[in-house]
Amino acid sequence: MKRKILAYPYIFVWLPIFVIVPMLFIAYYAFFDNGHFTLEFVKNLSDSMYWSVIARSAWMAVLATIICLIIGFPVAYMLSNMKKSVATMLSIFYILPMWMNALLRTYAWKVLLADGGLLSSLLGLFGIHAKLLYTQGAVLLGTVYNFLPFMIMPIYTTLMKLDRSHLEAARDLGANGVQTFFKVVLPLSVPGVISGVTMVLVPSMSTFAISKLLGGSNYALLGDLIEQKFMLSSTGYGMGSVLSLILLILVLISTAIMRRVEKDNGTEGGTLW
Amino acid sequence: MKTLGKVFKWIYLVLTLVFLYAPIFVLIVFSFTESRTMSKWNGFSLNAYREMLSDAALMDALKVTLIVAVVSAVAATFIGTVAAIGINSMKRRRRMIVENISQLPMVNPDLVTGISLMMLFSFIGLSSKFGYLRLILAHTTFNVPYVMFSVLPKLRQSSNMLYEAAMDLGCKPTKALWKVVIPDIMPGIISGFIMAFTLSLDDFVISWFVADGIQNLSIYIYGLAKRGISTKINAFSALMFVVVVTLLLIVNIRSMREEKYAAAQRKKVAKSN
Amino acid sequence: MKKIISAVLITVMLMTALSFLTACSSYDNTLYVLNWGDYIKPSLIKQFEKETGYKVKYTTMTSNEEMMIKLRSEDCIYDLCFPSDYVIEKLIEEDLLAEINKDNIPNLSNIDPKFLELSNQFDEGCKYSVPYMWGTVGIVYNTELVKEPVDSWDILWDEKYSGQVLMYDSMRDSIGVTLIKLGYDMNTRNPEEVEAAAQALMAQKPIRMGFFGDDAKDTMISGQGALAVVYSGDAMLCCDPDEGNPNLAYVVPKEGSNVWFDNMIIPKTSTKKAMAEEFINFLCDAEVAKENTEYIGYSTPNMAALALMDESWTENPIYNPAQDVLDRCTIFHDLGDFLRVFEEAWNKVYFEN
Repeated sequence: MKRKILAYPYIFVWLPIFVIVPMLFIAYYAFFDNGHFTLEFVKNLSDSMYWSVIARSAWMAVLATIICLIIGFPVAYMLSNMKKSVATMLSIFYILPMWMNALLRTYAWKVLLADGGLLSSLLGLFGIHAKLLYTQGAVLLGTVYNFLPFMIMPIYTTLMKLDRSHLEAARDLGANGVQTFFKVVLPLSVPGVISGVTMVLVPSMSTFAISKLLGGSNYALLGDLIEQKFMLSSTGYGMGSVLSLILLILVLISTAIMRRVEKDNGTEGGTLW
Repeated sequence: MKTLGKVFKWIYLVLTLVFLYAPIFVLIVFSFTESRTMSKWNGFSLNAYREMLSDAALMDALKVTLIVAVVSAVAATFIGTVAAIGINSMKRRRRMIVENISQLPMVNPDLVTGISLMMLFSFIGLSSKFGYLRLILAHTTFNVPYVMFSVLPKLRQSSNMLYEAAMDLGCKPTKALWKVVIPDIMPGIISGFIMAFTLSLDDFVISWFVADGIQNLSIYIYGLAKRGISTKINAFSALMFVVVVTLLLIVNIRSMREEKYAAAQRKKVAKSN
Repeated sequence: MKKIISAVLITVMLMTALSFLTACSSYDNTLYVLNWGDYIKPSLIKQFEKETGYKVKYTTMTSNEEMMIKLRSEDCIYDLCFPSDYVIEKLIEEDLLAEINKDNIPNLSNIDPKFLELSNQFDEGCKYSVPYMWGTVGIVYNTELVKEPVDSWDILWDEKYSGQVLMYDSMRDSIGVTLIKLGYDMNTRNPEEVEAAAQALMAQKPIRMGFFGDDAKDTMISGQGALAVVYSGDAMLCCDPDEGNPNLAYVVPKEGSNVWFDNMIIPKTSTKKAMAEEFINFLCDAEVAKENTEYIGYSTPNMAALALMDESWTENPIYNPAQDVLDRCTIFHDLGDFLRVFEEAWNKVYFEN
């Protein structure tokens, strides 16, 4: 028996039915109306409304990803420098929130961000009086909050695997801590960073419900638009499918860029665990 | 200098953990309020816990969530592992193609996956009477690649020699696979399973589009979020949090002990030599 | 360690297999109910299950539109749903509803004829639906923040309350009240009027805190908003002496508003019509309806239940509004193909800024 036969049921049954065909359905609905080919839905894209939503969503996703990276990288780095048992324990605490329902956790932010809530009172002590809830910032915060663990874990697993002898070699050759970090640790962590960025960028580009819960629907994103087109529209799947395709194209472009960077770097990516 | 750095490091870690846990803390605090909503604190009471237990729909949703998470994680682990073993023994070019296509459900925004599966199910007539099957198939679909890509690296690390040696010693291929290869890649399988389980537990978007006839926790909660979340949900999540934390602590403390024990043993051996 | 993990795994798997089996075997006496979240007192479901030996599978929906998608699917599983008036009109037109056998619902006599008459407007002869809850749409306002009398929709556009006005996150309701403010009919089929409403809603953006679902009440109770468009049932909670905020008051503006119904219907595809009718009859029981309405806070059309309730409910103008309030309110009607125009306008309001 050849072992590769084991992959055949997956390749010839599972992949086509559950991955490829469903995608073709979306393409079908984007270009066919009641069985007739049409460009009507694509033409609708000339409406600037769609592009302003797309631009806003892309911008929010990029911002959220950058913030996650800034917050998450140091965490991953610190964890990777700890004793293994302590690090494992702590890293579990970073994943643990994911076991609680994400919507619920997001909803709880409303209590924290509300006027007269904990956070605004805290800021009030420093003389800062700002509206926190139902702002673009609140939506951004919700996104960062939801996807931060997806940034920390891949970087952490990559740094963990990092060969300590590289660091020692750098030290032996006279590099100080800062130099070692920038010349050795940072470049070697690139695969993890790439995985992390992809894992944050993609879901935050397509997220919905967060803007509803924390933004009071004032900053509705592409995800919300697509959801509304599918669930609340009497005119069928056409427009929703076109927008889904656009989302897909955006995602494929960004992963292609990531791949490119990764390839130039020539190493394998980290994983969530 | 060093201690200062350490203090700073811990402050940073604690702050990020506070960020991740603050909303969970809020949820737990408000599970003890007299009030039915989180809008104000009405004094201590266990009302919410009583209400939670009397809400059959909530208990049903919990059951659905657990069944779907376990079954889809098991199914995904099986499909993903078998496929990975097969793919690993394929020629490089073909392998790259299959791996790339397999990644689609991972890169694909949840939203698009959910919508496309919804279209598929309605096309093949998998109606709401098969509520469980719809959810389980959908969750398995997005879980399979996560398992696959946590098993594949382990397969690559494990050498083919053991497998061949077992065959040389008269093992049948299936037995060799079961006795030699599987144990070797077990860590990858287990982490793939846990990841699949967690992702299924936490999923809202895909379930939202696919579920019909039954609902899981996230859908139930989203329905409430529109009516104002009642504190029985807080009570529920507080309980769930306690259970999860205890489980993880038990598992971890045990493994830490085992680690210590092993280290002690190693020392003993070293001494006696 | 490994042993523990495998033991846990095996037990979990056995449990799931077991519950799977029970879930399948009980299929025939299970009643599938699709309703709004938290829109029935949970203990009543248990009571019904106990009395009849049936199982009730209760699923929730977040919008009428979502429910319509589910009912349109060919082999829809649900036996009982609770859609709103204009949706029922559409469902009847699409021939998706089963005619209810009134002999199976003796408690129908508990329903106030006044409401059956209103139901006539969307369900001729009340053949397909039985009223469940009803209410008005109005403004809840915080008397600490709004010192002037509130009696008109215009105040929702008043710049004094910038960032403090909460609109309702529903196409028909938000566009509807805007149409009334502009002096048009809520059920208009004039594209120019809808466009004017969309423009007005877009101009309202700086004044608006956002579009909210029923969580508007949380925001109002915690004192964060000045004015909010809400259903009377939610206004009940806002003004509740224990759960609510004493500074909140509710008004149905003088220009008129929407009166709405959520009715019980049985999809045509249901194979358990008699069971569903039994459940409807149960919910129309005076004692049950009283408990239910007191839990939810929305008004019941059940006059027998009303007779059992005390004054804090029956004399409350939010819960039981005077006839003249009802007289200036109208029911939403299905818009047919014109819905498209509403949807486009709503999209613009929602996503363009």
